[in-house]
Amino acid sequence: MDSKQLYQEVILDHNKKPRNWGKLEGASHHAEGLNPLCGDHLWLTLKVNDGHIDGIAFEGQSCAICKASASMMTTNVKGKTIDDAEQLVREFREMATGKLDVAAQPNHLGRLSVFSGVKDLPSRVKCAILPWHTLHAAIHEANSVSTEGEQDPVAVAYAKNP
Amino acid sequence: MNAATSLKTVVGSAASTAPFDLARIRADFPILEITVNGKPLAYLDNAASAQMPQPVLDRLVQYQTREHANIHRAVHYLSETATAAYEGARRKIQRFLNAREEREVIYTRGTTDAINLVMHGYGRAFLGKDDEIIVSQLEHHSNIVPWQMLCQEKGCKLRVIPCDDTGELLLDEYEKLFNAHTKFVAVTHVSNALGTVNPVKAMIATAHRRGVPILVDGAQAAPHLRVDVQDMDCDFYCFSAHKLCGPTGIGILYGKAAYLERMQPYQGGGDMILSVTFEKTTYNALPYKFEAGTPPIAAAIGLGAAVDYISDVGIENIAAWEHQLLRYATEQVGGMRGVRMIGTAKEKAAVLSFNVDGVHPHDVGTILNEEGVAVRTGHHCAQPVMLRFGVPATARASFAFYNTLEEVDQLVTGIRRVQKMFA
Repeated sequence: MDSKQLYQEVILDHNKKPRNWGKLEGASHHAEGLNPLCGDHLWLTLKVNDGHIDGIAFEGQSCAICKASASMMTTNVKGKTIDDAEQLVREFREMATGKLDVAAQPNHLGRLSVFSGVKDLPSRVKCAILPWHTLHAAIHEANSVSTEGEQDPVAVAYAKNP
Repeated sequence: MNAATSLKTVVGSAASTAPFDLARIRADFPILEITVNGKPLAYLDNAASAQMPQPVLDRLVQYQTREHANIHRAVHYLSETATAAYEGARRKIQRFLNAREEREVIYTRGTTDAINLVMHGYGRAFLGKDDEIIVSQLEHHSNIVPWQMLCQEKGCKLRVIPCDDTGELLLDEYEKLFNAHTKFVAVTHVSNALGTVNPVKAMIATAHRRGVPILVDGAQAAPHLRVDVQDMDCDFYCFSAHKLCGPTGIGILYGKAAYLERMQPYQGGGDMILSVTFEKTTYNALPYKFEAGTPPIAAAIGLGAAVDYISDVGIENIAAWEHQLLRYATEQVGGMRGVRMIGTAKEKAAVLSFNVDGVHPHDVGTILNEEGVAVRTGHHCAQPVMLRFGVPATARASFAFYNTLEEVDQLVTGIRRVQKMFA
């Protein structure tokens, strides 16, 4: 695939001006995500009230794909219920690993489908998934995740969809 | 800025046997003809693995179709043929390294395996609590982790030779690390992440003045510069075939016979014994003591063919052309605005580690791939180097003798595109 398809304006824009950047004071949930292979490292803070994500912020060091994915994730899950956010986590992971064809199958990803191109770049799949994996960990109060070993989101996704 | 017609470039050095004809050399590497994303491939990831020329490919096919059987076993024709080819390759490698004796050349799975062999065979046998092992800041993880494992097991300590901001080791600091506890030194000949060529001959002499044995990791050196283990006087030297236009799965440990004889075997099994009873096993002589089990025979023979190929091209010719590539690439890439070079030592192999301001190396790598340019991005299995230079990762272009000046131009075009996209 052509990187123009992956590095679309919206991704480049979120990379340049990440939304919800920073750390929330008095967060109810938090998690740290690490991709040791490329050094992507991010911290996620959440304020969850009555099953709703009222606030979310992230910061860290990462490649453009990871940062844009994190930024767009925050704008997409803010105000959503935990259950809806978890559904997006699932769908995003399936899209990125090629299990969900966003053009053909029903989904709730909307503009997040700009990331569908990573499925053709296996070495970059983890960059896109890391924020979502970190969100899942924060919700479940596992405070750090890695893209490697047993926590490998790609391996997990493949295991779930053999 | 376009390069002169480098395909017609012919360089030669006095020490070489034949002139260096780049077009002819490139014709030997079928993989260089492929296109990636519609662009001609510019393979600049040679420090990770080099490509194989047709004569090596042909040798593998010839062996597998006409000569294969297990070695050192049967009396039949094929076994004798395979054994002769396998041992013949060992002699080629002996000459390539200028080792004193054939039995000092041990086949391993690669550099990592060779270092682990020395850690087990020498380290575990002769190092103990509070002994110290010196490594350098520039090591690949494969020359750090085995020694750390030994430290953990035996209670030894790891001491680290620091480097300066250009990526050169601080030799005064190296000298100061020696004390009565120093029992081993393990240093890289050429840094895989930065390309620094370390002054190993002087470093070996320093270790020997203190009576300390020294291992040199030659994974990045053997394909690019003349290695003479007797002149260097190292106690151990290792390299991998696949970085030298040979197959994966095979590498070499050179060791002085005096050390190898005292060492304990790394793995037990067939071929490494003289006799076995349930009461007692007598180990085989060198080099077989360290070659348990059926080895990758074809790969070893392929390495022999690769050594022949490299010798035919001429290692001095290779070094001379790669130096030109490095100089041109350093001018072109180093001269770009918003590009930071990492590793600017005076003596360098043809490795260019760099970062583009404001762009993560993985984004650089993905976009360069669109231009057909293959570079490595990441920490290059040298996280301590990344830490030293305060970067999580770099993009690394590493050249081989079959690369062209046009491919450097292709790299520059790719970097421009990265900068434009992220402007």
